[in-house]
Amino acid sequence: MKRLLSGNEAVAHGAWAAGAAVASGYPGTPSTEILEVFAKFPDVYAEWAPNEKTAVDVAVGAAYAGQRAFSTMKHVGLNVAADSYFMSSMTGAEAGLVIVSADDPSMHSSQNEQDNRQYAKFARVPCLDPADSQEAKDFMISAFDISEKFDTPVMLRMTTRVCHTSGVVEVTENRLQLPEAGLFPRNPQKYVTVPANARKLHLKIEQRIKDVAEFATTYPYNFIEERSNELGIITGGIAYQYAREVFPDASILKLGMVYPLSYRMITEFAARMRRIIVLEELDPFIEDQVRLMGVEVYRGINPGGYEPHAKSIFPITYEFNQYVVRESARKAGLIQDKPVVMPEFETVAPPPRPPVLCPGCPHRSTFYILSKLKVPVNGDIGCYTLGMVPPLSAIHTTGCMGAGIGVAHGATKGGSKERHVAVIGDSTFFHTGIQGLMNVAYNKSNVITVIMDNRITAMTGHQQNPGTGLTLQNQETGMIDLETLVKALGIAKVKTVEAYDVKTIEKTLKAWVAEDEPAVLITKHECALLPSQRKRYLPLEVNTEICNGCGICFRIGCPAISKSSQLDPKTGRPLSQIDPMLCTGCEMCAQVCPRNAILFRDQVIEKRQAAEEAK
Amino acid sequence: MRKKSISFMLVGVGGQGTILASNVLAELGLNLGYDVKQAEVHGMSQRGGSVTSHVRWSEHVYSPIIAQGDADILIAFEKSEVGHYLTDLKPGGMVLVNDYSIIPITVSSGGATYPADEKLDEMLHKVTTDVHWIKGVEIAEQAGSSKAANVVLLGALAKLMEMDAEQWLPVITKRVPPKSVETNRKAFLSGMQAMSNIK
Repeated sequence: MKRLLSGNEAVAHGAWAAGAAVASGYPGTPSTEILEVFAKFPDVYAEWAPNEKTAVDVAVGAAYAGQRAFSTMKHVGLNVAADSYFMSSMTGAEAGLVIVSADDPSMHSSQNEQDNRQYAKFARVPCLDPADSQEAKDFMISAFDISEKFDTPVMLRMTTRVCHTSGVVEVTENRLQLPEAGLFPRNPQKYVTVPANARKLHLKIEQRIKDVAEFATTYPYNFIEERSNELGIITGGIAYQYAREVFPDASILKLGMVYPLSYRMITEFAARMRRIIVLEELDPFIEDQVRLMGVEVYRGINPGGYEPHAKSIFPITYEFNQYVVRESARKAGLIQDKPVVMPEFETVAPPPRPPVLCPGCPHRSTFYILSKLKVPVNGDIGCYTLGMVPPLSAIHTTGCMGAGIGVAHGATKGGSKERHVAVIGDSTFFHTGIQGLMNVAYNKSNVITVIMDNRITAMTGHQQNPGTGLTLQNQETGMIDLETLVKALGIAKVKTVEAYDVKTIEKTLKAWVAEDEPAVLITKHECALLPSQRKRYLPLEVNTEICNGCGICFRIGCPAISKSSQLDPKTGRPLSQIDPMLCTGCEMCAQVCPRNAILFRDQVIEKRQAAEEAK
Repeated sequence: MRKKSISFMLVGVGGQGTILASNVLAELGLNLGYDVKQAEVHGMSQRGGSVTSHVRWSEHVYSPIIAQGDADILIAFEKSEVGHYLTDLKPGGMVLVNDYSIIPITVSSGGATYPADEKLDEMLHKVTTDVHWIKGVEIAEQAGSSKAANVVLLGALAKLMEMDAEQWLPVITKRVPPKSVETNRKAFLSGMQAMSNIK
């Protein structure tokens, strides 16, 4: 049966068809949907782990126990999981083990553009790189087979464009039936990586990758499309699609497996071609390997100074499209046709629509207060990173998951003259924030940490986490009590407040900043986009007879509040107005209004009732 | 017979149902016997941000994305957004604009300005004469819900592509919530009707 599936959905289908029984991951764009889809298949176990390292450990454990297992994460998640990932390469497992890494060329929703194919080479792990949804499904199945054939983990390397493109996939109802787990292996030479064993294992994995390279010669997902021998293109992943668009006459060596490469396949293909180019996004990963084989890669008509490590012809940054590839090829003298001439026109630029905290976002109050307190704020990865956007402008560093608390502690120890506040979300705190806070307590700094507990992993689209009481497969489970956890880490001063309560947050933070001890404020309210919150939306109103256009409500940066065309007769300032389509009724604006010109929920309801009765 | 390739670019603002519309287009293409790819960007784009979706029909679709000068049809769910990616429209390609504005905070807070209709229309006519405006939200309201404006636009598109409602309606019915099937059916037919009135 043919179905339209996104690359992520296709990976889940492939995993199920391959008989994978266990999956563990951490949400991260563009990888998140893989586990969400897989979790709904019958007879599978799937979970959100607190972080990627734990997720890989879980998949490894299941594979040791004899079940096909996989772990999913975005590219930077593999940095977190790297230790476990390298360890799994050393040991191999009893059943297929696949690590799915979703890279994000162009950084649509990421802090960097790292090319995780490098991790394949780094850890001597074979890497498959699909070009569309059908391949995503097929490669996932193949990954399990390769994993078992060579006793190695396999990386399925996805990219945003493959993850989030829907294409036609042949789907079957059949699933590979595999035996259940038996007794756990007692094989310390393989599974206990003390140095004496590790030294043998290293020899083993170096031989293993040579064997896989030999296997790559006849691997069916490495194939050659033989056309003209004027130009031969070696490519893999999504770049293959652009090769087909731009060079319809060229011969193509399409690598399904981008690491390791077959020396025989590459050199024989190159020998038949007058010119060879390598077309790949991001790093010259395939290109470097091809050059090391002694193949001369064409560098263009004006290659410039010789830079041995530079990538030839195509850009090293950002994702490609057919236009980028065509223009690069034109510059390199590979194609001579005339570029399409666009008619000249002056773009009427659309007004910018920058990402901002949503109307009703429970994070807004804290950032409003932090901006008033003018303290340096070390942030983290999540929706609350948007606290950096004006007019709040209340985030001064954001690097990676869990970094904020450690950075704040380090700044303090480094002699920063100001009082540092770290802000972190609930899910990010569970991910890698706990250790940072433990360090603040243990090594005694006065960092104030705000845990913004919106009861969900919000930014990636509302995934459950250890604080929510539900699992990925909708099982009820215990909820972490943040206050208890924070106290157990050694922080004596802990307080939980309602996140919409601007006054209490202000009072608390003001007092704490004046003191000199570490403290944790937990601001708690469900994300405004959760179904439970949508039910209570109640747009507020401005009483235009009281509002004098002082503009304080604009400072909270709520998209639902704007300047109206009505001016205050005395001051001439525009009055404020509330967009009823956007307002959720969180009352933050009503709380900060010094003249009580914005009606609270009760007042809105009263006013409506009065109007109703008057009828 | 070799099928004519068609590339659709859908632009709008998060929450307008552009993704549902592009899902419908993708599935329709599949039903018509095309190879199909549909690409969208998730992540930081959120409620109120600019969103773009690409749908390509062909014998065999390679690149999932539309690049400069590739789009045959550009559909703007929010009129100012038509300025994004106009360079991706084939000279002489078709543009369908929803005559509806969503004012972003950058305008309402006084920094940026919202372009005038004449400016937009003038810009579009520099690239193509095949420009069509439709009051999608008004028509959708009359059909029962302003939310069905995306389906009004699909109705208009069906008319412009000279296709039958019968090819589209089953796909739309499958994609919208069961409760709103009737509203969306009405919205689609009203969109078709509106376009034939204009023509």
